[in-house]
Amino acid sequence: MTPANPKLKNRIGESLSGSQIIWEALVREGVEVCFGYPGGAIMPAYDAMIQYPIHHVLTRHEQGASHMADGYARASGQVGVCIATSGPGATNLVTGIATAMLDSIPMVCITGQVPSQLIGSDAFQETDITGCTIPVTKHNYLVTEPEQIAPTIREAFYIARSGRPGPVVVDITKDAQQKSCVFEWSDEEIVLPGYRPDYAPLAEQLDEAVDLIKNAKRPILFSGYGIIKSQATETLKKFIETTNIPVACTLLGLGGFPATHPRNLGMMGMHGETWVNKAIQDADLIIAVGMRFDDRVTGNLKTYAQNAKKIHIELDPAEINKNVRVDVPIVGDAREVLEALMPRVENCDRPDWLAYIDEIKGGSAVRDIKNLPDLGKLYAAHVIHDLYRFTEGKALVVTDVGQHQMWEAQYYKHDYPRKLLTSGGLGTMGFALPAAIGAKFAEPDESVWVICGDGGFQMTAAELSTCAQEGIKVNVAIINNGFLGMVRQWQQFFYGGRYVATPLLSPDFVKLADAHGLTGLRVEKRSEVEAAVRTAEATQGTVVIDFRVEQEDSVYPMVPAGADLHNMIERPGKPGGSEHNPIFETGKDD
Amino acid sequence: MSQSVKRTFAVFVEDKPGVLNRVASLFRRRSFNIDSLNVGATHEAGVSRMTIVCDADEDKAKRIEANLYKMVNVLWVDDITHKQSINRVLALIKVNCNREQRDEVLKICDVFRARAIDMSPDRVTIEITGPQDKVEGLVSVLRPFGILELVQTGTVAMTRGVEKHELAHPTVPASRNSAA
Ligand SMILES: Cc1ncc(C[n+]2csc(CCOP(=O)(O)OP(=O)(O)O)c2C)c(N)n1
Ligand SMILES: [Mg+2]
Repeated sequence: MTPANPKLKNRIGESLSGSQIIWEALVREGVEVCFGYPGGAIMPAYDAMIQYPIHHVLTRHEQGASHMADGYARASGQVGVCIATSGPGATNLVTGIATAMLDSIPMVCITGQVPSQLIGSDAFQETDITGCTIPVTKHNYLVTEPEQIAPTIREAFYIARSGRPGPVVVDITKDAQQKSCVFEWSDEEIVLPGYRPDYAPLAEQLDEAVDLIKNAKRPILFSGYGIIKSQATETLKKFIETTNIPVACTLLGLGGFPATHPRNLGMMGMHGETWVNKAIQDADLIIAVGMRFDDRVTGNLKTYAQNAKKIHIELDPAEINKNVRVDVPIVGDAREVLEALMPRVENCDRPDWLAYIDEIKGGSAVRDIKNLPDLGKLYAAHVIHDLYRFTEGKALVVTDVGQHQMWEAQYYKHDYPRKLLTSGGLGTMGFALPAAIGAKFAEPDESVWVICGDGGFQMTAAELSTCAQEGIKVNVAIINNGFLGMVRQWQQFFYGGRYVATPLLSPDFVKLADAHGLTGLRVEKRSEVEAAVRTAEATQGTVVIDFRVEQEDSVYPMVPAGADLHNMIERPGKPGGSEHNPIFETGKDD
Repeated sequence: MSQSVKRTFAVFVEDKPGVLNRVASLFRRRSFNIDSLNVGATHEAGVSRMTIVCDADEDKAKRIEANLYKMVNVLWVDDITHKQSINRVLALIKVNCNREQRDEVLKICDVFRARAIDMSPDRVTIEITGPQDKVEGLVSVLRPFGILELVQTGTVAMTRGVEKHELAHPTVPASRNSAA
């Protein structure tokens, strides 16, 4: 249960202020770092903070604080904590809260609120933040009495981390922080009458699943974020090594099953590999584990995996039959369900099915930009592939949202869980840098790399200043294409090439790093990538690398939104072909 | 896909501030359309009961149930659509009614087991409780007289058998696990 923090004096039974109780509770929940920004309604809490063994990271914007708490949680599997004042402080958290909600990230957000007697009067900096965040939190609380603080924070952590995790907001009025009461803390198990986080799989559903698996000729297993959250990697590996079922990953599932494992096909969906999507369309059984059939992975639902029976292993009953009708739903923890299935599945070689997939794979791999010679141009895919090579696939990578995010997913092969953090569900630009800072606090020994676009970087670039103040090191690879690239790509494909509001002027990122007292590097040729990566790794403190990549490259393959999963736009042209593609121009390396 | 029908859910919730807001917010954001929602106290302290009527096919009904259960303050959800149950709304109807029409209006009330509860020389106010369709029947018969005002509650519903909802620690109904 609550880890006893040796630095914490036992003050149970003493009269403490609400503010002190906030920190008592947080420390007892195991919190060591929190990310935040002070202001009037939360000042009493900040004032009490110095008495407690908690490191507070002052961010440059509350959105940064919520993404940092999120990154901390994604990297560590623990609950991330952020703190902000009422009104604008609280509303600034909302993007980060919604980001955490859609990716099921455990997070507790403490906000100050105007004094309880002023609630409802449109008082200075009053926002109904519990009302605002009902749709984007797992649960939230308004606390108006100091006695409620400790039990509420305990409950908030319990709800945030149990079952399908999610963000919880605890809004505490200023008077509740200022008033005192006797501090009480219970270590007993929390029982909430209306909350059931754990489900055990039903025996008959397991039986049905075993039958389907036994009889399948062309099965495929989907590895979602649930595999990582339930720490099912090892179990899944055993399961796959017995059954030889090929694995496709969702974006958030990358790393849950080793990318270099021979049975791992790669990512599915809109920018998934062609062979993965084709295999899905040809499969006769899908075993979907810890994923939710998002529209970005299914494409047109009417033509989606029509020949496949579907087993859906998922912790949240509300996900069952939401987007795709399944034949066998198994509600339960991914690892527990796989462990229950494990002794009942048989060894199987499936030579035909695996050979078939290899064949469709062979056809597409030719188009892979990675295999092309260095023609003097710098392509994002090259940068990311090189980054993968020179960091030996071991970095903890945090991506932003856009083309670079998809290239990262395609070219940085993740063999370990919790080594790729990305905003999948909400697709929040500006996520990467602050989330990486949070991740670095969770995993200080990891080599943390941000891969972001020139657009998204500028949304939260002020957090460079947080890196400088905290003296922490993250490496920031800006894939600078001079465009809001993913939107430009859609304009190219679907809007007649009209580049409306996507060309982007950026500051000199090297000078920007310099202005923060940090290191900035610029890379314009592929031959310079390695040196830059090695310099960044060897340099103390945060390093920003401005990778000046080709401006109008696109992410392939691509399933247009709502199109059939097997109808993918592939990278045009191939060596020896005649179609025009800038990638295949011969260029001088000048 | 099965047919979309009017569904009735009995939803037991903790009697805490904001719970109605949370439930309403859930229906709005998942675009589950509410026909009517009624909420009131039960015989158990701290437990309120909602009756929610909405259009949904079988799949959607399961998802509504599962989503309601995800809310921390929701204790028990019972889809009573296909159970033997008693469904009632209450309506107050104020109609034009002069002296000559009075007998006829009162006779109509008799037929529908409605009651005249207020009267003035040129109008009468009628109270009726019953299933929604009975109320609608009365309204259509009264319409020619000229309805001046109408107010009605949402449906409240209860199954006919004695269902023991162990409200303090509800067990999970099987349907929570077997959504197929
Ligand atoms: C906060 C936010 N606003 C807008 C978008 C829509 N959007 C998705 S990708 C993208 C372009 C991102 O550009 P950049 O950061 O330069 O990355 P690139 O695609 O060029 O790699 C935009 C605007 C978003 N995802 N998030
Ligand atoms: Mg860009």
